[in-house]
Amino acid sequence: MSFPLGYTGPVSGIILGLIFGYILENAGFGSGCKLTAQLRFKDWAVFKVMFTAILVSAGGLYLLQGLGVIAVDNMFVPSVFLWGSSLGGVLIGVGMAVGGYCPGTSIVALFSGKLDGLIFLLGIGIGTLGFNSVFSSIEGWAWKQVGPDGLTLPQLLHLPAWAVWGLLFAVLVVVGYLTRTNASARKTSNKSSGSFAPQNS
Amino acid sequence: MRNTPRPLWNPYVAGVLLGLGLLATFLVTGNGYGVTGATTLATAAVAGKIDPNTVAAHTYLHNLFEVGLDRWVVWEVVGLAIGGLIGSVLAGRFKLQIDGPTQAGRSLRLVLAVIGGIAAGFGARLALGCTSGMGLSGSATLAAAGFLFLIGFFIAGAVFGQLTKGLWK
Repeated sequence: MSFPLGYTGPVSGIILGLIFGYILENAGFGSGCKLTAQLRFKDWAVFKVMFTAILVSAGGLYLLQGLGVIAVDNMFVPSVFLWGSSLGGVLIGVGMAVGGYCPGTSIVALFSGKLDGLIFLLGIGIGTLGFNSVFSSIEGWAWKQVGPDGLTLPQLLHLPAWAVWGLLFAVLVVVGYLTRTNASARKTSNKSSGSFAPQNS
Repeated sequence: MRNTPRPLWNPYVAGVLLGLGLLATFLVTGNGYGVTGATTLATAAVAGKIDPNTVAAHTYLHNLFEVGLDRWVVWEVVGLAIGGLIGSVLAGRFKLQIDGPTQAGRSLRLVLAVIGGIAAGFGARLALGCTSGMGLSGSATLAAAGFLFLIGFFIAGAVFGQLTKGLWK
């Protein structure tokens, strides 16, 4: 058996997507309140979920590469387009702070019954059309590639993958430790102000 | 439907499961999760039907319109929607409502949602991916681009999070 398996049909998409949506919803990511609380540093769940997922997935990929089962090169590894990658991230961060969601979570929100998730999604369509209309004045500078195709942190930092993984793991442990009391603090603040109430208030 | 919603998962548990789902996606398809790949294809398909000029030759959307909607990422987003629906219904969290900043009225909430969506839609084309495709899946391959994206995302999110703080209190 060689990886990736190359199952890219509807069944593969629906099953893998369903798992994705089910987990995001249960993590609370269908709630703009929960998501933006991370941006106000009131709730570290977004960071913890994302960083843990990145570590598990990266750990699995590089471990399987070390065992000779896969080559990470055969997976899709995005290249660095200095202005595109960074400014795109900036705009999506602004979009979450203002609108409450990012693209994937707006879909989870919509399918948890939230009308603002639908409106956010329509906004994404408008933004995409806006990009289309100014594309000719953007493509020249936004997608100037820095470094080789699929530049990775181990290549950039001249460190083995396990060392980069270890550094990222240390970041998660430190942040997790520093924000460890949040869960109990959150419960009390819920009771007193009601501002945090949940995902479905 | 349950009256009291079930509690959310512990973030580390959710993170481990999400990481395993993402790893499985890489092994099965060769790429990670993505969302705006699908929303862009859908935008091209709808806009092209309404006004063919939007997908004319040399436009950004031209090739995406030609590709059509029968793509893995589109099916994956269909699954994402079903997964979100099943998750919210089973947990008793499904509720028709206008969510959003608690201090804003209904119409302001919808205006903010559309502005946020426009910023995210434009930004995702600039970055060639969104929080899922670039931030999560890109970083999971240890791609420098994924981390560059996440740094921009969290810095801008934190700055604008402070600016919009009053709306959410």
